[in-house]
Amino acid sequence: MSAVEPRLVSTRLLRSELMLIYGRRRNWAGLAVLAAMPIIVAISVKISPPGGSSDGPDFFSSITSNGLFVALAALTVELPLFLPLAVASIAGDSIAGEANLGTLRYLLAVPVHRTRLVVVKYIAICLFAFSVTLLVAGVGVLMGLTLFGGGDLTLLSGTQIPMSEGALRLLLVCGYLGICLCGMGAIGLFVSSLTEQPIGATIAIMILTVASFILDTIPQLDWLHPYLLTHSWLAFGDLLRDPIAWDGVREGVMRATAYAVVFGTAAWARFSSKDVTS
Amino acid sequence: MSVGLEDNAIAVRSTGLTKRFGRQYAVNKIDLAVPRGSVYGFLGPNGSGKTTTIRMLLGLVRPTAGTHSLLGHAMPAGAGRVLPRVGALVEGPAFHPYLSGRRNLFRLDAADRWADPATAAARVDGALDRVGLLAAANKRYRAYSLGMRQRLAIAATLLNPRELLILDEPTNGLDPQGTREVRTLITHLAADGATVLLSSHLLSEVEQICTHVGVMHQGSLVAQAALPELRATHAARATVTTDQPQDAAKVLGDLGATDVVVSTDTVQATMGAVPPEKTVAALVHAGVPVKGFAQSADLEDLFVSLTGEGFDVSG
Repeated sequence: MSAVEPRLVSTRLLRSELMLIYGRRRNWAGLAVLAAMPIIVAISVKISPPGGSSDGPDFFSSITSNGLFVALAALTVELPLFLPLAVASIAGDSIAGEANLGTLRYLLAVPVHRTRLVVVKYIAICLFAFSVTLLVAGVGVLMGLTLFGGGDLTLLSGTQIPMSEGALRLLLVCGYLGICLCGMGAIGLFVSSLTEQPIGATIAIMILTVASFILDTIPQLDWLHPYLLTHSWLAFGDLLRDPIAWDGVREGVMRATAYAVVFGTAAWARFSSKDVTS
Repeated sequence: MSVGLEDNAIAVRSTGLTKRFGRQYAVNKIDLAVPRGSVYGFLGPNGSGKTTTIRMLLGLVRPTAGTHSLLGHAMPAGAGRVLPRVGALVEGPAFHPYLSGRRNLFRLDAADRWADPATAAARVDGALDRVGLLAAANKRYRAYSLGMRQRLAIAATLLNPRELLILDEPTNGLDPQGTREVRTLITHLAADGATVLLSSHLLSEVEQICTHVGVMHQGSLVAQAALPELRATHAARATVTTDQPQDAAKVLGDLGATDVVVSTDTVQATMGAVPPEKTVAALVHAGVPVKGFAQSADLEDLFVSLTGEGFDVSG
């Protein structure tokens, strides 16, 4: 009969998973919306530059001085809704989508070990999370440099740094926001293991995320703030100071990791004992 | 793990396998024994517990009680070792609608750590070819008809050589031509040495190709035997074609036949344990001109008597 021993490590399932995510037209549309924001930001600012002291996000006023700020402004405006929504739609779909189609039973009968499936799904969600922050930043940099040019850039703390280091800081921001979204993706994976309705899972994840943002703005609930998923998402601004203020970022990475561990484990525990009747 | 001699002869075995959903027993203490090399017809009306049983066999659903083994390996512990050698079709086809048939098979093959990626393209096309789907391989699954979807699901079970095929209603949605092709395919697979567990709610569909039959009714396995055994033990119905039906009816009556039905040129009767050769001899001896004689174990009757005739699904 066929080979008795399986290959210990195979990336085929992960690659297949990524092909499903990036090959799906629905997701192209979502990515197009994400990519459209930096374009809109850049063009708007080009047409009508903001005045000296605007009420808008910090980065808008700096855009005319350096194109890199288009990327940062776009990330800032997409952080409360678009970026989480993109990750929530992928995470919500991860297990519930397969259950909804019925393909889950065939994957498990292949067999794919349940633990392996959960791990591969989560890796795919995380890679997607990093890819969307990089997409927004990439399009932003492209638009910004085209319309406003590059050169040395002035940090939030007032220090000037060369363009190359500015690009490095931007990559750090993307990495940090990616990690934050991975923490959220773990919640998505868990919710997705509870249901056969991918849209329902996505909505649930968004409700949790938006609720976390809202609770984070209520001062009377400050005792709750350290436990909120989104509490340190905006700390990415600290990466643009000189020297970098690592405290908030470190805390954010630890918070995301804690969410990933807790909800990743919950997803695994739930899924590995679940009756697959879809 | 030690594999007993007996276990090697049995491809699927269950002991007291039970699944309860809430207060309802979907499957109640069934003891399956599917011999290696057999084509086992797993029969029962809709809702009788066939699919739940198959889900338990494959480890998709956790039994409430009982144990089972596939190809001599205890499940679900042995799933990793044994499932690569098992091809399964469970409760109809299910694929990604926006991928083509070929891409869908690649997806399943990619998930299989036992499959050799180097031969994937050849195996995928081979499987598509075996079910006559090669021409539509690049069409999106969304555009497939029900019959094509069913064929794709069967193709998925053929991506690798299998020792055991568990096929849940494989001819569902197929046209008569497709049904015949699937039957031929199953016969070929069995001839190559695979054991086939074939579920159906239609006896007539599986009767021709099965060597063994198990009948489910309301979650219980109410009959399980080799097909010839079942035929022999069950009342056979004879049809005599003759010019003198009245005389024939009398002879059959003397032999102990029941339910004798006389028409213009035929007589039908249930012959009990009387072998056909004795019936024919008695007819000829009595001077009845026998133009034709046919006798079949009426399994349909047996099936109906075991599972009830009503149209209602099992509750």
